[in-house]
Amino acid sequence: MNYATSPVLALHLPLWRSRLLLVLIAGGFLVLAGRAVYLQGLNNDFLQQKGESRYSRVLEISANRGKITDRHGEALAISTPVKSVWAIPEEVQYSSRQRDKLAALLEMSPREIDKRLNDATGFVYLKRQIPPEVAERVSELRIAGLFQDREYRRYYPGGDVMAQVLGFTGADDVGQEGIELAFQSTLGGKSGSRRVIKDRLGQIVEDTESIREAQNGRDLVLALDARLQNLAFSQLKLAVNSSKAKAGAIVVLDAKTGEVLALANLPTYNPNNRSQLSGAQLRNRVITDTFEPGSTLKPFTVAAAIEQGKVTPATMIATAGGSMSIGRAVIHDAHRFGDMTVAQVIQRSSNVGAAKIALGLSAESMWAMFDEVGFGSPPRVGFPGEAAGKLRAYKTWRPIEQATMAYGHGISVSLLQLAHAYTIFAHDGELMPLSLLRVDTPPAGEQVISAATAHKLRDMLELAVQPGGTAPRARVMGYRVAGKTGTAHKEENGGYAEHKYVSSFVGLAPASDPRLVIAVMLDEPYAGSGQYYGGVVAAPVFSAVMGGALRMLGVPPDAPLKPLELPPEGSEIKESV
Amino acid sequence: MARINLILLALLTACALGLVTSQHKARKLFAELEHEQNLAKQIDVEWGQLQLEQSTWAMHARVEKLARERLHMSVPDAKRTQVVLPAAAAETSR
Repeated sequence: MNYATSPVLALHLPLWRSRLLLVLIAGGFLVLAGRAVYLQGLNNDFLQQKGESRYSRVLEISANRGKITDRHGEALAISTPVKSVWAIPEEVQYSSRQRDKLAALLEMSPREIDKRLNDATGFVYLKRQIPPEVAERVSELRIAGLFQDREYRRYYPGGDVMAQVLGFTGADDVGQEGIELAFQSTLGGKSGSRRVIKDRLGQIVEDTESIREAQNGRDLVLALDARLQNLAFSQLKLAVNSSKAKAGAIVVLDAKTGEVLALANLPTYNPNNRSQLSGAQLRNRVITDTFEPGSTLKPFTVAAAIEQGKVTPATMIATAGGSMSIGRAVIHDAHRFGDMTVAQVIQRSSNVGAAKIALGLSAESMWAMFDEVGFGSPPRVGFPGEAAGKLRAYKTWRPIEQATMAYGHGISVSLLQLAHAYTIFAHDGELMPLSLLRVDTPPAGEQVISAATAHKLRDMLELAVQPGGTAPRARVMGYRVAGKTGTAHKEENGGYAEHKYVSSFVGLAPASDPRLVIAVMLDEPYAGSGQYYGGVVAAPVFSAVMGGALRMLGVPPDAPLKPLELPPEGSEIKESV
Repeated sequence: MARINLILLALLTACALGLVTSQHKARKLFAELEHEQNLAKQIDVEWGQLQLEQSTWAMHARVEKLARERLHMSVPDAKRTQVVLPAAAAETSR
């Protein structure tokens, strides 16, 4: 039987049935077509988004924080990636064996881990900043609910030697102290992101869009010289330990360029391990602390007087009595020498002499001198918390105040300001702008006193370190040194503390063509009676650092190489305090 | 007419296949580039770590300590120091 003769075909059904079926099927197709047009043409965002999320990924591009190096390129601070381990406590599943292994890797006790996971919900850091190798082994444990993030950690190979200058960064690699904070905008990188297409295996096959370029932080080249810094720090440490001082600070400036070659503070801390920190350790005393400088200010008084033609180095000053009274106050000298020349006033550090010279000056001109060398205003090296010191307006000065200010009382400065001010004697009367960063072309200085006056002052300051001056211990074999001691009572509760002193020494060398200015300060040194004078405790630090530094820098000697002899015990000239 | 259509079809197929292969090659190369870039980053990190290690070993305090303790070196005193100046400097300092 063939198909054409099938009896079924002979069956006559009503025509509307087939028509109805046709209309229904056509209607069904129409609905499908409409839906398709709607999804692909009119309302396609949702599906496109869904599709994209299956192959397109936005990746974070991490940016490095810039390095900090010393002037010769030696690394002082470097960031390197580390991992942090975090968990979603609800999802964590591990066997007790896994937990013990994890605890051992993270150097925590198993109980500590349990406690962390039980106390928190949603998100908890188990440990931050662990080395990548350890992180690798943690991920090998394959614990569910445990995740890792990439972070940066900053290392300071120099450790405690330059801790206060460099400062440090926090857990998120953002500067919190010191240069890290001051130059955050230069050092900090900006992380970027990009959109990529990934294949089934998770490999990136196409870069579709760069959303934000990553910007690595720029490297910072400091003016510091790591060798000088280490020398300064180790000598300061010796002095602080032997004099039992509460604190100490030293700064080394390049007299030609105003660069800060070394800057050290004690007490200090290790920036790589900051678990126990105190405010005293963090202080950068050189820049942020001020003190009454004492006699180290006398050269400025004398410079002002010479500059105005009131005196010459040979002018006799009537200091015979060893004391003078202004109103009810009396100024004393420690020794009585009879009348002195101006040069001898500096050499022997006579308070009476300095006061008499000061009273021959107008308050305004003396103030102008102090102001021009930078006292009373922050040195603007860009360091956080730079101290301005205290220099009162000259209109409020009483004669006694003007007299005491001549020898550095009633005025306060930071050690950096003091060293900075001495650059006028070292650099032919020019005040050099300070810089914490390496300077390639020396900047122009600001002429404060004439070159001739600067030379005269340098000669006087050279006398002060010769036998017969207050600081024979500051001499350096083979070099001519010029400098001045300072010893002052510490200010405490609005008055002067009886047995607490701040001893300092500021000097420059070689005197024939100064290369370095070094300022040393010791806070409350006391190692037996009389062992607190600047010439006894601070000058030897200066001598050791200056000698070593000049040798390191290859500065040719300008004096015969003869062993130095100290004056016999007890005959040293102490300045009055 | 039919022949030209056939030729065009063949051309089209060839172009389409070419597109597919070049896309595939491009992706492969890109993956390679990506790999190399990651390697560069990794090496960069390692370089940083090595620099760190170098500065740590070469810290002046450590070098000085080793020189003093292990090699028994010391700074020569005045009696054992001879300064040789360049001719010009020697004249001015005399």
